[in-house]
Amino acid sequence: MQGRKIFKGKVVGEALVTGEDISFYGGCDPETGEIVEKGHHLEGKSIAGKILVFPSGKGSTVGSYVLYALKKAEKAPLAIVNKIMDPVVAVGCIISEIPAVDQIEIERITTGQKIEVDADNGVVTLIV
Amino acid sequence: MSKMVLELTIEEKKMLKGKQGKATRKAMEIVVALGEIYGAKRLIPVSSVQIAGVSYDNLGEAGLEYLNEMAEDGQTRVLTTLNPAGMDMVEWKKHGISEDFAENQQRVVDAFEKMGVVTTCTCTPYLMGNLPHYGEHIAWAESSAVCFANSVIGAYTNREGGPSALAAALTGVTAEYGFHLDENRVAQVKYDVLADLMSTDEFGLLGQIIGNRTGKQIPYITGIGNATTDELKSFCASVATYGGIAIFHMEKVTPNRTPIPEKTEIVTEEDLNKARAELDDKEANIDFISVGCPHASIKEIAKIVDMLKGKKVTEGKTVWITTAKPTKDLAIKMGYYDQIEKAGAYLVADACCAVAPLKGRFTGLMTDSAKACYYARGKNKFKTEIRTVEECIKEAVS
Repeated sequence: MQGRKIFKGKVVGEALVTGEDISFYGGCDPETGEIVEKGHHLEGKSIAGKILVFPSGKGSTVGSYVLYALKKAEKAPLAIVNKIMDPVVAVGCIISEIPAVDQIEIERITTGQKIEVDADNGVVTLIV
Repeated sequence: MSKMVLELTIEEKKMLKGKQGKATRKAMEIVVALGEIYGAKRLIPVSSVQIAGVSYDNLGEAGLEYLNEMAEDGQTRVLTTLNPAGMDMVEWKKHGISEDFAENQQRVVDAFEKMGVVTTCTCTPYLMGNLPHYGEHIAWAESSAVCFANSVIGAYTNREGGPSALAAALTGVTAEYGFHLDENRVAQVKYDVLADLMSTDEFGLLGQIIGNRTGKQIPYITGIGNATTDELKSFCASVATYGGIAIFHMEKVTPNRTPIPEKTEIVTEEDLNKARAELDDKEANIDFISVGCPHASIKEIAKIVDMLKGKKVTEGKTVWITTAKPTKDLAIKMGYYDQIEKAGAYLVADACCAVAPLKGRFTGLMTDSAKACYYARGKNKFKTEIRTVEECIKEAVS
């Protein structure tokens, strides 16, 4: 799938997919990488080491620093794939050097699937 | 592949390649990425920056680590000031802030200072020498100040986040999108105000009403006969908090020209009463009184001094009058500080009740600020009451 590069890098990993937006500030534990937002589809799941696939970011601008904290704690997602990139997440990926791509039809990706994110070229490939 | 429309100058490309150091490269990556996401055609110079995300209570250790990394070789290129910190940088101990917190907060401010940021920590930079003029392009992050700059002054700024405002400071540029373009600053809904507003708390309530109703639609407000700068800053803080808007137009008060929208709403005295009732918790046990959100001007402080004359703050109540450090220095020179502290209240610089680590210390807040009520309830779980400054002081000494 062809999308748009937000931050460079090329990785292969396991997808963790949600149809709900994510607020990193208040919604994700910066030390464990666990989603803690009450009632969120991914509540209780860890995003650490996963290719995190979600529609868009929401919430406070402090969210950028949460992604940075996750990276420092080695609990950051391997890459981020969005439908529409929100500036808070974009800035978070840049400062934490997390490969990120948007404008992807995320409905075609399912949790547990192995995928390749080639952010340099803005391409996401499903590896069956 | 989506088409890149953003064109960079030779100088900007050099920054992006890291020719001017690591921090500048990182900053330029942020500016360029935002430009590409929002379809900007070019970057434009900014003349002033206001950075938010200063309180250690919000930043945490990771945020501080990022700032230290940027401070290794990053230097501001334009006048840059800071939002409030979590404490008075000098008198914190007296206000009950812990040693630990103070040490960490100092490290945050030191990192900014190393980058050449003017470390006056205030949400009203425009009162403290960071004052753009009409039509000037700037990159500010504090939401109330963004609203004041766009609306009351007629400068041009988006609502920046902490890292993106810092990025503008280190590169001297921002991407041209959003509120930097005239076509995105046009009023969308007209609000006829059919009530007489007399004080900062009432302007805050108006901000709450319009903010809640308008969401992100740009308001055109009529019926305000007269508004002081202090009342406008209260309105800006509130309308930005409850609505998330970055600009409004107020007939005969603000300078921007815009076509008047047809869609009209009215705001009545009854709406104001309802808004006040919403911010008044039933069983609020007031043990904390805070005035100065946004930061109090010297004029507001002088008035409070008059109200406190010959009075004493009741035991069991804590009073914070929050302001910018240069205003506090002026208040010291004028003898206001001594009179406030003699009455048992605190004149707190650099901080405010929204960003200081106050959770668990109080149960009920009385304030003249609708914005302060929002954060007191959400972040600190305090009950709230909104009153005029006079009534707040009366409550403090009763």
